Order: sequence, then C-alpha cells, then structure tokens
Amino acid sequence: MSDYRIQGETGEWEVVIGLEVHAQISTNAKLFSGASTEFGAEPNTQVSLVDAAMPGMLPVPNRECVRQAVRTGMALGANINKYSRFDRKNYFYADLPQGYQISQLYHPIVGEGQITVSLDDKDPDAPTKSIGVERIHIEQDAGKLMHDQHPTMSYVDLNRSGVALMEIVSKPDMASPAEAGAYVRKLRAILRYVGSCDGNMEQGSMRADVNVSVRKPGYELGTRTETKNVNSVRFVQAVIEQEAKRQVELIEGGGTVVQETRLYDPDRNETRSMRSKEDAHDYRYFPDPDLLPLELDDDFLAECRASLPELPDAKQARYESVLGLTPYNAATLIADADTARWFEALMAEGARIQGKDEKDVATASANWLLGELYGALNRLGLSLADSPVSPERGAELIALVADGTISGSIAKQVFEIMLETGDPAAKVVADKGLKQTSDTGAIEAVVAKVLADNADKVAQYKDGKEALFGFFVGQTMKAMQGKANPQVINEILKAKLA
Amino acid sequence: MTDLTDLTVTEIRDGVADGSFSAREVAEGFNAAVAAAKPLNAFIVETPEKALAAADAVDAKRAKSEPLGLMGGVPIGMKDLFCTEGVQSTAASHILEGFVPQYESTVSAKLWAAGAGMLGKLNMDQFAMGSSNETSFFGNVISPWRRNDGGNTDLAPGGSSGGSSTAVSARIAPAATGTDTGGSIRQPAAFTGICGIKPTYGRCSRWGVVAFASSLDQAGPMARTVQDCAIMLEAMAGFDPKDATSLDNPVPHWEGALSGDLKGKRIGIPREYRMEGIDPEIDKSWEAGKAWLRDAGAEIVDISLPHTKYALPAYYIIAPAEASSNLARYDGVRYGLRDLPEGAGLQDMYAATRAAGFGPEVKRRIMIGTYVLSAGFYDAYYTQAQKVRTLIARDFGRAWGECDLILAPTAPSAAFGLGEKSDDPIAMYLNDVFAVPASLAGLPAMSVPAGLNGQGLPLGLQIIGKPLDEQSVLDAGLAIEQRAGFEARPGKWW
Repeated sequence: MSDYRIQGETGEWEVVIGLEVHAQISTNAKLFSGASTEFGAEPNTQVSLVDAAMPGMLPVPNRECVRQAVRTGMALGANINKYSRFDRKNYFYADLPQGYQISQLYHPIVGEGQITVSLDDKDPDAPTKSIGVERIHIEQDAGKLMHDQHPTMSYVDLNRSGVALMEIVSKPDMASPAEAGAYVRKLRAILRYVGSCDGNMEQGSMRADVNVSVRKPGYELGTRTETKNVNSVRFVQAVIEQEAKRQVELIEGGGTVVQETRLYDPDRNETRSMRSKEDAHDYRYFPDPDLLPLELDDDFLAECRASLPELPDAKQARYESVLGLTPYNAATLIADADTARWFEALMAEGARIQGKDEKDVATASANWLLGELYGALNRLGLSLADSPVSPERGAELIALVADGTISGSIAKQVFEIMLETGDPAAKVVADKGLKQTSDTGAIEAVVAKVLADNADKVAQYKDGKEALFGFFVGQTMKAMQGKANPQVINEILKAKLA
Repeated sequence: MTDLTDLTVTEIRDGVADGSFSAREVAEGFNAAVAAAKPLNAFIVETPEKALAAADAVDAKRAKSEPLGLMGGVPIGMKDLFCTEGVQSTAASHILEGFVPQYESTVSAKLWAAGAGMLGKLNMDQFAMGSSNETSFFGNVISPWRRNDGGNTDLAPGGSSGGSSTAVSARIAPAATGTDTGGSIRQPAAFTGICGIKPTYGRCSRWGVVAFASSLDQAGPMARTVQDCAIMLEAMAGFDPKDATSLDNPVPHWEGALSGDLKGKRIGIPREYRMEGIDPEIDKSWEAGKAWLRDAGAEIVDISLPHTKYALPAYYIIAPAEASSNLARYDGVRYGLRDLPEGAGLQDMYAATRAAGFGPEVKRRIMIGTYVLSAGFYDAYYTQAQKVRTLIARDFGRAWGECDLILAPTAPSAAFGLGEKSDDPIAMYLNDVFAVPASLAGLPAMSVPAGLNGQGLPLGLQIIGKPLDEQSVLDAGLAIEQRAGFEARPGKWW
C-alpha cells in the first residue's frame, strides 16, 4: 500500500488514480489506409483519400496494427479476445474528417492484464506492486488544428488523421504520483521491448489521460476528473499532485468535485476545466458497418506469441540468476530495451572473442557499460544510440584487459582515444605503444633501480612499514609509463624485498 | 437498319464484335438520344465525349483483333452515386455540387475496363434516399411511361435509381448502373418495365460509391433483358481488397450458364407477403408469375417468413442510423459546399453548410438516425432493429430448407404520380415493403417485368435467391421473361 497522503484541514486523504495511455502503434502505415505515419512531415503530405474521408472511401484494417496490439496484450499477460469489433464514435470537429473516430467500445481486442512496478526504482530490494490493466483497444488518431497560421482562420493538418493508436486503460489501482510514474515508465519499457510503440512522449507517440479522485481512507471512491493528453511522466505526476490538492481543497471548502474533462497547463502547473459531464458529447457509438468483426485464428496468435522478445521482468531475473549480475546492474540494464540490447551485443561479442561463456564476461561488460561508457556518454551529452564506440569495439577493449594486454588504467586512456578517433582498441594500443609488458628482465631492471634509488624506504619497509610496498609498485609502474603487468611487478618486488 | 438505340446490351456487344456496326455509331446514336431527352431530366451530367472515346477504343481494338471485353462497345448511364474521375459526382445533392473526384469507383472502373463507355451521370434520389426521385437537388426525373387514360400526369420513375430506370426504359441508354439499399434497383425497374438485379451483399465493391447505409448498399445492373443483366453484373462484380466487406469469391460466368429451365427447382411463396389491401392487379401478376415458373418446370411451395412485418421498421432504423454517421463527412471543411456566414465559427459553418446542402428527406433521415443511436434510445431502437435483422435472415435461412427461390411482387403498386406521396413519408416508405427483407438479409434479388396493369403501366415480379446464387435468380428471371412476353415500351412524348 502506498503511504502517499494529502494532508487536508480535516485530516488525511487518499488519492485514487487510473491512467488511459494512448500509444501510437509503430507501423509504417495508418490503421485503415496505406498512408505513411512518419513524424514531422510537411502538413497534409501523408494523407490518403481514406484519411481525408473523401466520398465513397472505405477503411481496410492494417493487419500489422492488429498484430502489434495483440503482441502488446500478450506482453502484459492479458486475455486476447479472438473476437473483437470496431465501433464508430460520432462527433463533429474539424480535425476529424469522417465525423467519427473508428474505435473499439463494445468488444476490445485485449482484455485484462497487469503490470508489475517497483515502488522505488533506485532500490533493487524495494517492494513491487501489480497494477491492473482493464483493456486495450485499437483506434484512429485525429488530425491537428493549427491556430497560428492565419489571423482569423484555423488550418487543418491531416497527417496524423487515421494513425493507429492503442488505448491502454489501467484499473484505478495507483495511489501516488510515484506509482503512476513507475507505471508509465514500465509500460513504456514494455512497449519498446515489444516494438509496438516507440514511447516518444515528447513527439506525442505516447500520451496519457489521467483520472484522479480523492477519498478519506477506507471510504467510497470519490468523483473523478480526467485530465487529457498529458505528454510526459513528470507532467503525469504533476497533474496528480495538483489535481488531488485541488480536489481536497474544494471538498474541504464545502464544494463538490464534478465529473469533467480537464487540461494541464505546464507553464502554470495547474489543471483547467475543459468541459463538464453535462456538456459531454453523446458519441452515438455503434458498430462500424464498413468493417467486419476481427476474428483472430490460432495460427495468428501463435505467431504473435512466438515473435515476442524476452520481456523486462524475465530479463532481469536471468541477468541476476544466470549471468550473476548485481540486482542494481541488472535493473539498470533492463530498464530500457535499447540498453539491454546494447549490453547483450557487448557481452556476446566479448564471449566470442575471448572464447568464454557469456556469464564469464557479463560482470566486466556490465561494469564497463554502466561505468566507463555511461560516464563518457554523459560527459559528451550523447545517448547510447549515438555512442561513438560500438558494442564490438567495446568488447575488444574489455578483452584486452582480460587477457592482460593492457591494465585497467591503460584501458581508460585507450577508451578516451577510441572515443575521439573511433579506432579499434588494438590499433590504439599498438600506435601509442601502450601494450603492457610482462617481460621479467625489463621489470627486474626497473625494480632494481627503484629499490636502489630509495634505499631509505627499503630500510623502513624491512623495519615493518609494509604499506610502502604500494609505493614501490607505483614507482615501478611510473617508470614504465604504466605498461608493466602489475602482477609481475608484485611478484618481483616481493622476491627482492624478502 | 434498325435504330441502334433499340438494341439490347447483348445485341450491341455482338453487333460490334461481328462488325454489323461500329461502337462509334452506337455511341453517337445514344448520345443523340440523350441530348433529345432533356425533358426526362434523367442525367445530371452528360458526357458524350466519354462515350465516344470508349467506343473509339473498342473499334480500335476490333481493328487489331483484340478482345473487346464483356461490355465492349456498350455505352451506359452511370448513377451519380458512383465517383467518376474528372466528372462531377454529387449523389444528386447540393452539398456535393461541383465535386469532381480524383478517383474512379471500383465498379465503374471495371465497367470501363470491360469496354463500356459513359453517356453521363444519372439523376437519382438525393444520397439514394427516396422511392420516387423527388428528393434530387437537380429536380425529379420523369418516367417515360404515361397512364393510358389520355392524360399527361407525370409519373415517378421509382427510386432511388430513377435516372437509371428512366434512361433504360426510354432507350436513351441500353443499360445503367443502379444501387440498392432497400429496393433502389428493383422498385424503379418494376415501375419502368425493365430488369434489375441486386446481387448478394459483397459481390460488388462499394469503394468509390457514395455511402448511404454501408451494411445494405449494393450496386447492380439495370437493363432491358435478363441476359443483359447477367452480362453487366459479371463486369461489375468481383473481390476488391479496398472494401473490407467485399466477398472473396470467384465471379461466375452467369450469361454462359443462363437457362430458363427450372426443373427440380422449388419456388417459395411467402404467405406473409400477401398483405391486407394489396392491389388486386399486383396479386394477379403474382399468380401469373407462379404459373409461368410452374410451366418452366418448377414446383411452387408455400413458405413462411414470420418476421416480415418487422422488416420495414427495422430497415428504417438501421439505414438512417448508418446514414447519419456516413453523411457526417459532408461538413464544409474539405470539399463540396461550404457556407461560412460572416463572423461564423466552426459550429456555425457546420450548421449553415448542412442546412443549405442537404434536402428535407436527407435531413429527416439524419435526424431519425441520430435519434435512434442516442444514449438512452440505442437499445430500444438500434439494438432491437439488429435483432430483427438477425431474425429476418434466419427466416430466409429456414425457408431455404423448403425452397430454392422466392417469388414475390417487387412493389405494392405500379408507378404513382409525381407529388402524390411526396408529403407523406410513411406512404413513400411503404413502397419498399417487399424489397427490404432481401436487403436486410443481404440476398440476391431481381425484378423482371411481368406485364401491364389496367392503366397501361408496368408491374414487376421479384425473385429472391440464396446467398451467392445469382445464377438461379437470373434463370428464374429468364423463365418469366420468356413467358411474360413483355414487349411494351413507353411512347415517345419528350
């Protein structure tokens, strides 16, 4: 249970949250037409006759959209409805060419499922909570009105008209902004793993309608409000905070919450009423007579299931139990599908060139990725996708350390050069002469000189000041520009000082 | 030489193929007939140049001994519900006046590919809503038929495909496309003494056809003979991936298999169609039809379609419900009429555009449809009507255990005078009473001329068949045609 509470004048209030997430399905074509769905194209350049609702045009379902919705449902452990149907939601607006949106009210394609979220992402041992998913249905997006093109008129861009969305409706199972944030992040991670949505909230390909109500602990559910089209995790959390606070103040001030649609204004961090239930449209839903019911056969469902990748929860468990990663490393690596893919490529290549099992290179790969690489990318302001060093090049670098060709500290220098030049590690090592030496004779000579130059310290060491051992190692390493094998130095020093 | 405009589709196709005349001569003949028939108001747009171009293409193919196509050299009229590339397509409405599509409907494209040419776009009831052609924005079509009382009362050509029925019966087109939602091919065919078949729902693509009621709309041919209908239907039908309700079945060669021999066929006579107060002349022609089919070798059996009386009310809920949604796209935003009063906002523009752009019957049906889909009424009307629809389909399904075809009148009366029913929508809707059940069940149904009534006006008989069994429907139509000896034609007064 969440202990999130609003402190009102009359005591504590609980918050009840449900989310309807609209996720744009990653396909090249729209839900019912062949038009492209690419983001950011010139207005009205990705519009087919169907999207513009020309007379006599008919929708034909895009099989790939159906497939992605089914795969998403499977990834959420949800019931897949082998029979579903499209309904028309009728209303007039200039961004809605048909005068109706094709959606699924009565028979959605996906039924109940759930998402397990960690209640504290920073703490691998934090408790988890299962949040119910009520349903997923497929529907068309609308176009976009542009109000800044003409002093007295609005323009319409139909590029988004007809783009396929999944509406993923949660149960009212969340009780704090943090839980809602964790739900959205986890849902986004799963969508990206499945490949059914790119999850780019800033481009509008994922957005949430946030339903919030408040109640005294143990009491009946309060009246909810719905804040539409919230387009970041941070804003989702802010909406819940603001809306819960507003509702508590309203009720405690003697008012009542009305069921209404609200909009969030990020600049002022407040929600505003858009329309009340009394003004709500009568959408006159009815089955779309242009479309037959969707009936999914077993072969189709089997293909959808077989095509699912390993999902975040399963991957984390495997990273810990099979690869022996720490829970923290495992959780960090799986949080995002791209990071996990990068890591697995790095590890696979490492295992290949070192001739070892993946589990034997996993920890070194994870440490290097989350330490060296992430540090460098942060510094350079780059994302993993833009990393100047590929998984293959990274694996080669790690292998050079593992086989003793270079030391860990030389590896850091080599990596810096690789970031700049893009050269393979082996080339950098050769060009710069950074190869570590294990040549006993050469090291012995240097050690002898170090000991001779520091006879006073040798005497102190022999009198029991053993901490000076590190000093001799350091001096030797320094004299050899870091290229000596530290283990060999240790052995020789021990022998000489004995 | 006979007047080329008296020829049937079959005769034109064969005559062009064997060189008796050129396709161009045929097109010129019909172009002239169209131009001379303005008083009938059958066409909204005339396209003589299109008819000539198609004819020349066919003649050129013949010169090179290439195949001429199923409709090679046959000029036709195109109901204005079909979108035709580069030619105004209005559904006989003001709201689409001036709308010129950049695309060609699947059915019309198939006809052009089969060698047909276009004489023009045919007038019709606005958005296919009407049974008399009086709802057209472009003025009503007048039937070429006159009562034999010596008067000159203008008669309704039927609807909604009234331009089609008039053009074919007046011999200004050998054939025309029609569309049938609740009888719009069959009733006008019956009123004008021609043949028309509505195939199984899904046989003809709806892509590019302005939608009235999507679950019912179906295109079909209207022509003077059963064989002509068979030929033209073959050219129009076929699976279309652009229409999700299109049937993926092969198109039979109906003409080739056509036979008036009905040995072994059982013809069902639904007792519920024998309605109180039925016009005795309609009843008489129905009796004659039974006798002809029996003579052709068929067995006549009584059947029951118990939910028939609920068909018309259910139809007048489902069709307007779908129409109210289908017609929402005519909003003044992207094409067609836009009425933007000074200082108006979006809602004002919608209201002004739709008030000016739709005629009274279209508005009536949009309001009925909006009402029956509204919260609180949906279950009582729409859901209930869908249940009735299921029961009606089940009635037919049961009947097919006892018979192969059903024979019934097409309409409850012969053509009525223009204006006689236009103030009484219910009386107008009752015209569809025999046609609507087959539409709700998606079944193939055809009207063929049975004879003239006492006023000298044509009466039609309707044959309803099993799903996808257009062949049997056409065969029975042929058997009636062979025995009815219908050779009457309207006297030329225009």
